[in-house]
Amino acid sequence: MSTTLSARGATDMSGTSAPSTTQAPAHQTVRVPMVDANLPRLKAKDVSVFYGDKQALYDVSIDVPEKAVTSFIGPSGCGKSTFLRCINRMNDTIESCRVLGDITLDDQNLYDSSLDVVELRARIGMVFQKPNPFPKSIFENVAYGPKIHGLARSKTDLEEIVESSLKKAGLFNEVKDRLHSPGTGLSGGQQQRLCIARAIAVGPEVILMDEPCSALDPIATAIIEELIDELRENYTIVIVTHSMQQAARVSQKTAFFHLGKLIEEGPTEGIFTNPRDKKTQDYITGRIG
Amino acid sequence: MTDTSAVSVSDRPADVAARLRKKRYAADRRLRAYGIGAITVAVGLLGILIATLVLGGYQAFTQTHVRVTFPISTQNVDADDLRGSNWRAVVTEGVENLFPGQSEEVRGLGARILTNNTQFFVRDAVIANPSLVGETLVLEVPASDPYDQLNKGVLDRDLPENRRRLTDEQIAAYDIVEEQGLVSRPFNWALFFNADSRFPEIAGLSGAIVGSFYALMICFVISFPVGIAAAIYLEEFAPRNRYTDIIEVNINNLAAVPSIVFGLLGLAVFLQIFGLPRSAPLVGGMVLSLMTLPTIIIVTRNALKSVPPSIREAALGMGASKHQVIMHHVLPLALPGILTGTIIGLAQALGETAPLLLIGMNSFITSPPGGVMEASTALPTQIFIWADSPERGFVARTSAAILVLLGFLITMNAIAIFLRQRLERTW
Amino acid sequence: MLGFLFTAIIVLSLAAFYVGRSAGNRFVAENGPATHSLAGYHGAFVAIWVGVPALVLVLLWLLLQGSVIDNLLLASLPPALTDGVAPGRMSLLLSEIKNTAVGVTFGEPSPELSAAADTWARWNVIAGWAMFVVALAVMLLAGFFAYTRLNYRFRARTNVERFLSGFMIFCSLIAIVTTLGIIVSLVAESLQFFSMVPPAEFFFGLNWEPQISIREDQIAGSGAFGAVPVFLGTLVIASIAMIVATPVGIFTAIYLVEYSGRRVRNVIKPILEILAGVPTVVYGFFAVLTVAPAIREAGSLLGFATSPNSALAAGGVMGIMIIPFISSLADDALRAVPQSMRDGSLAMGATRAETVKNVLLPAALPGIAGGLLLAASRAIGETMIVVMAAGLIASMNINPLDSVTTVTVQIVTLLIGDTAFDNPKTLAAFALGLVLFVVTLCLNVVALTIVRKYREQYE
Repeated sequence: MSTTLSARGATDMSGTSAPSTTQAPAHQTVRVPMVDANLPRLKAKDVSVFYGDKQALYDVSIDVPEKAVTSFIGPSGCGKSTFLRCINRMNDTIESCRVLGDITLDDQNLYDSSLDVVELRARIGMVFQKPNPFPKSIFENVAYGPKIHGLARSKTDLEEIVESSLKKAGLFNEVKDRLHSPGTGLSGGQQQRLCIARAIAVGPEVILMDEPCSALDPIATAIIEELIDELRENYTIVIVTHSMQQAARVSQKTAFFHLGKLIEEGPTEGIFTNPRDKKTQDYITGRIG
Repeated sequence: MTDTSAVSVSDRPADVAARLRKKRYAADRRLRAYGIGAITVAVGLLGILIATLVLGGYQAFTQTHVRVTFPISTQNVDADDLRGSNWRAVVTEGVENLFPGQSEEVRGLGARILTNNTQFFVRDAVIANPSLVGETLVLEVPASDPYDQLNKGVLDRDLPENRRRLTDEQIAAYDIVEEQGLVSRPFNWALFFNADSRFPEIAGLSGAIVGSFYALMICFVISFPVGIAAAIYLEEFAPRNRYTDIIEVNINNLAAVPSIVFGLLGLAVFLQIFGLPRSAPLVGGMVLSLMTLPTIIIVTRNALKSVPPSIREAALGMGASKHQVIMHHVLPLALPGILTGTIIGLAQALGETAPLLLIGMNSFITSPPGGVMEASTALPTQIFIWADSPERGFVARTSAAILVLLGFLITMNAIAIFLRQRLERTW
Repeated sequence: MLGFLFTAIIVLSLAAFYVGRSAGNRFVAENGPATHSLAGYHGAFVAIWVGVPALVLVLLWLLLQGSVIDNLLLASLPPALTDGVAPGRMSLLLSEIKNTAVGVTFGEPSPELSAAADTWARWNVIAGWAMFVVALAVMLLAGFFAYTRLNYRFRARTNVERFLSGFMIFCSLIAIVTTLGIIVSLVAESLQFFSMVPPAEFFFGLNWEPQISIREDQIAGSGAFGAVPVFLGTLVIASIAMIVATPVGIFTAIYLVEYSGRRVRNVIKPILEILAGVPTVVYGFFAVLTVAPAIREAGSLLGFATSPNSALAAGGVMGIMIIPFISSLADDALRAVPQSMRDGSLAMGATRAETVKNVLLPAALPGIAGGLLLAASRAIGETMIVVMAAGLIASMNINPLDSVTTVTVQIVTLLIGDTAFDNPKTLAAFALGLVLFVVTLCLNVVALTIVRKYREQYE
């Protein structure tokens, strides 16, 4: 499938599904294959997080299936973003933050002292809530990761990486004529896709997305959602979202967080159609939030 | 779609990755080391600065005194004309008492141990207590500068004679006095209560402190009300247009104009056009107030800005006029911030030297000013004068004067911090 | 006398306040809510009328009395005194008269001088009394006028508020007036200077020896007012200061923003503020007492000829002084870069150093550049350090181990002591001051604009 086609397809889709909330689950059942075929490589066991004396996360254990989209949902302040930031150790940058428990990737503990955090973050990329391109050209934004990690042996190498990353992010055709103009000049949706291209340029295994569409309009959201669906062929994706419809649309596995605890997890279909926990049901039906 | 690009961090052989990582971490450690180095340099220089001042200045806080017994004989002193009496002879007799049974020569050398102004100390003591005429007066007289240095160990006895300021005989004469237990070294109150003098041993800061106090008062009286009024206007009343923009840009730039330019302004306008007296704290205070004004306006505006609009709306909703809203609600709430900023502004003004030089507040003046129109020095200009003086004793005194000035600055800033913590509220 | 007058103004104003307020209270009692303003505003209205005009009058009087009397006195002097005195030397004559009047005399004053001194003293007394009487009259008249206007419908509050608004506008104009005052006084004196020394010589001449012009026969065109070496010296010392302060300041900021924990920052930042709060005269003393001898010692150890007041000592200490300035502005600039940039880079697996070098510094560059310009402006305008530690002799020299002089040093040396406003030596200081003002103003305007634009970008 070519990138142009996919982008167009996404636009078409947005006309029907994105603004509508009731159709979303039906949409999801059509497109999503079963999850359990994919073996988990990323596992979390009894993860607790403290900010100073305040505990933000309580004993979270979850397996993330490979080459599939896992979504974390829950009301704001429930700890879903905190947990996401544990996975590539972005919480290290917060001084008062302490993480207990194990998170493993291929049975290697991410919090092991022998593990290199710089390399870890190249293997587990991240896309943020607000598009945050660097104040550099589009090319330089994507080339940043390969450059610092020494992935390109020559200038042509680098150009190839940038082009293929932009293509994978479905952005190449829109920007190929202005690769050297500033990345901040793009529209919000384009900026977010630039950030995704930037993340995949270093060839990560896992991509973490922290509410990647919350700052975007419905059309841009639909394009990104389509892109996420495509990317799961090659990458393991974890997405935090406050929109249940989005979780239903893009993910194969869903985890529901509430007040720092993981309440329920399982195939997306199951969570939305037949939640086992009452809190999950209350949240999905809109009684808490 | 297939994964065409094989480039990924995880595909790389472990040794290649490790080598590259090592290099990158080395660069990171280097930057951190530069940062630590820079901070060490800055903090270290401050440390050296303060150490120099403390080591150089602490000894000036004590002063060597010699206890001398002066016979106030009626043949030298005329009870009816105390000012015109022969005080020099009285001092000579007092020196004789210091050297019982010593030769004329030793006594001659010994007379230099006492400060040059000894006769005036004796005279003033007797004028204060005329019943002493015919009795004896026991007085602690400041030792003159070289002997003060000798007592404090600054002047090294072990140096060869031609490389120190006192000859062997002079030191011997001093030792005679010291052996009698007449030498003491009390706290140097004169540093705070005497005015300037040519002789380091009796030079003090009172003139400079009083001058600085007057100048700061003038500065406060002008810049505080004017600064607050201007800030209220600009923040609360002024329409946003080109003119208020100009005022605003102008105030920001005024805050960055070199201080010496304000001195030129003071010289050309206050002294030359208005004919105000040179060296007067009044003029100094006026110049300093022009320099402090931008600071006060800027901090007041920030303090006003930090009062939430809901308070203004609440009062306006009650039917208060805009003036009443500001006078009754906004200004009282902003006052702690304004006071803090004002004190910090005044502390800056206290340390300002260059403009005061140009309006002549660096004259040699031996008495504290009696008012804002009288010639005076200020603390920083006094430091400048002493730093320029050749006598050895002034080196220590300059450091001591700097410590006194820094003491005032620290006190003012401490008050400002205290006010901020006690009174300021966060919304 | 003056204290008494000010007390009188305050007391009468207070009295006026009570009178006005009791009138207001009466209106309220008689007319109830129909009264427009609260009683206090009636009081304030009368008090303003009593106090403010009198205060303005007295202040103006005090400002002008001196020069008015001086001029009258000069006009009335007998020819015996004024004959043969150059117009510019009149100020010396005046101060002689004043000294005589207060009893400071050197030798026996001539009878004409004594007479003039008596006249001066008498006129001063008369002027003092006249001011007192006029001020009292103004207060009474104005107070009476204000009181007659009061009635229950009188809008006292509106009037008082209008006065306050006027006062506030007046105060905010003082900043403008100050700037204008600076410009006008510098330009006026400089124009006078340039009428004696051609501007081309001042701006392009290579020889600066202003002190020789004291001798009257050498006043004009002696070739001694070429300010290029002075400008060059200023540049040398300011450059040394910037070379010392820029790396230290920027690396300090990088460490505090990106590497240090909060506890370290809470200790280091106040220490840097202390460094910024130390008066410059203290730095000057430090330069003379400690740094200059140390540099000289080191120089002679290494076999360099080092001047006792080398540019390196003055510039180096000035550098110490502006370290906190640069570090706090760079700190602000780095902190203003949004956290999301930092997160974006770190999440890519960049190290702290790579994030700083590739993302933060480029993003913060305008802010840092603005800060450096402000610091440079401060270095150029700094006075006390160079007055105490730099040289007096202007030379075309960029060797940091040699002695150079600066614009501010020359201004201070030219103006300390007797200042007669008629010779090029004094006026040259104003010309230098004008150059200094214009250069620093340009730097400041550019820097503040850059910094403001930069802040807006991320707000």
